[in-house]
Amino acid sequence: MSTLVEVQDLCKTFDVSAPWLERTLERKPRQFVHAVDGVSFAIARGRTLALVGESGCGKSTVARLLVGLYGPTRGSVRFDGQETGPLLKSAEAPKLRRRMQMIFQDPYASLNPRWRVRDIVAEPLREHGILRDRGALQVRVGELLRQVGLAPADASKFPHQFSGGQRQRISIARALATQPEFLVCDEPTSALDVSVQAQVLNIMKDLQREQGLTYLFISHNLAVVRHVSDDVGVMYLGRLVELAPKKTLFAMPRHPYTRMLLDAIPDIHMTGRARTPVQGEVPNPLNPPSGCAFHPRCPHANARCGAERPQLIPREGVQVACHAVEEGRI
Amino acid sequence: MKPLLEVKKLRVEFPTRHGTLLALDDISFTIAPGEILGVVGESGAGKSLTGAAIIGLLEPPGRIAAGQVLLDGRRIDELDADAMRKIRGKQIGAVFQDPLTSLNPLYTVGRQLVETIQTHLPLNAAQARERAIELLRQTGIPAPEARIDQYPHQFSGGMRQRVVIALALAAEPRLIVADEPTTALDVSIQAQIIALLRHLAREKGAAVMLVTHDMGVIAETCDRVAVMYAGRIAELGPVHEVIHAPAHPYSRGLMGSIPAMDEDRERLLQIDGAMPRLNAIPRGCAFNPRCPQVFERCRVERPELMPAGRTQAACWLHAGAGEVPR
Repeated sequence: MSTLVEVQDLCKTFDVSAPWLERTLERKPRQFVHAVDGVSFAIARGRTLALVGESGCGKSTVARLLVGLYGPTRGSVRFDGQETGPLLKSAEAPKLRRRMQMIFQDPYASLNPRWRVRDIVAEPLREHGILRDRGALQVRVGELLRQVGLAPADASKFPHQFSGGQRQRISIARALATQPEFLVCDEPTSALDVSVQAQVLNIMKDLQREQGLTYLFISHNLAVVRHVSDDVGVMYLGRLVELAPKKTLFAMPRHPYTRMLLDAIPDIHMTGRARTPVQGEVPNPLNPPSGCAFHPRCPHANARCGAERPQLIPREGVQVACHAVEEGRI
Repeated sequence: MKPLLEVKKLRVEFPTRHGTLLALDDISFTIAPGEILGVVGESGAGKSLTGAAIIGLLEPPGRIAAGQVLLDGRRIDELDADAMRKIRGKQIGAVFQDPLTSLNPLYTVGRQLVETIQTHLPLNAAQARERAIELLRQTGIPAPEARIDQYPHQFSGGMRQRVVIALALAAEPRLIVADEPTTALDVSIQAQIIALLRHLAREKGAAVMLVTHDMGVIAETCDRVAVMYAGRIAELGPVHEVIHAPAHPYSRGLMGSIPAMDEDRERLLQIDGAMPRLNAIPRGCAFNPRCPQVFERCRVERPELMPAGRTQAACWLHAGAGEVPR
């Protein structure tokens, strides 16, 4: 299977320093957040990689880096063998952008309320000069809407006439307009009710099967991730701590953080089960712990974990960044 | 056990220019001391509204049009605003979704706690502070002696929600109404807050009404659960039965649409369509246009809650089933 997207040592640092005057008067240092800190992974064509983690772990930043909404501080993103950084600045950029699209979390904010659905879905077609003829546009928009389970007649309505799930389907139709190969989905169902979430997830899976789409799926919901993904990357404070095929990750989580996350999910099929108590919370990303960022919460931490940052080490098809796993302590 | 909270035939209306909207209709349930009742449903089903009606915080022009709310046998739905305010805090504690908007950012956490404690309990400042520290400790805040003098912005989301819970518990209320207390939080923090709520019900005998859209949270926390749909209770019963053997087609669809952690399914069960708007609730059973098992009676006559196996369901499929002895 060929690799479609490859990410090497991706870093993104945000400057969150106080304003210059305040900094000078109060002698505050400059401050940086390492939102994404050395993330590497690859996604094969037609597969789904999910990134999970708690708020502030950098998963949405990775999504935005991939489609070029942010430029990386360091590292590279390769799409179909070509590095996207220089390409996005060249005249070839529209060609690349056509091949990857993004679906955002909030379907109430990502659709222009003053545009009709027809214009929203047709915008990428017009923008990329794929179709100009009005009649052809109308036919294509109808087709796209039908693909996501809406009616062609819905094209003349406004976004407010739709429910949350239907709006998210409009976003999907818009993303599909340019016939992309790669879709980046940033929490596409987090704002939706479960029954509606099921509709959207089913459509996304159907589309992948029919059109061979490749997905990067960002979510904090492990049950959803388990349902849609092939591979799962777990992030903690800007770093990947574990990257494994879905089955392996859920059957045999290795990193202590992954184990903790899995223990923490309330599951409807285990009524009355006592959970392992979870300790502590995600530290301030402005001042992350030394060594392994998880060590203050980790039951297996020792002196090495506090001092030395663990690298992602591949072993039996799974990549884990943990000294305890590497040393065979757990 | 004698129920602490009794809601009987509660009906909430919103008068608008285009006629009166019936937001809650015929809601009846009870909660016993030490029991946790979960209320689930999708957005707009009326679950938060039920909580708001019970604690007397309905947003105008919403009003209780019929029915009764009894706390320990005494009607509280007819009380005026002042009397209700005394009950809230003293006898009913409320926890809302967003911990940041429930706290005053200009006051220290301690000052807010002490103020609440002194409003409801006859304690002097030093005793109240003592109690505030104790409450923070009970809700799992490390080093409460130091944290009490900090401001809400110095707390993280999970810690803030603990402070809000501590506030709700300040006067040892016997009923806690928690509206999506963990929705704004990460899973690892959510687990801690759930454990805390459960502890309060078990150890202190508090009755808890937990409103959430997360079935996982319900499964882990509650004793009984009410599934709401379009302003009515569709099913009410013990949590295990409602989750594993739901009697109402809507509950069945809802459970099937949740991706599970322990089984593989290519497709999720989906309920086509969406919940009707309040101004367009269909005749008969509100779920009938989306129901896979709909028949003639559903389109004409509205079902009441009726016994269906070990739960109660508002569904004509179970008409007559109640007479069968089990």
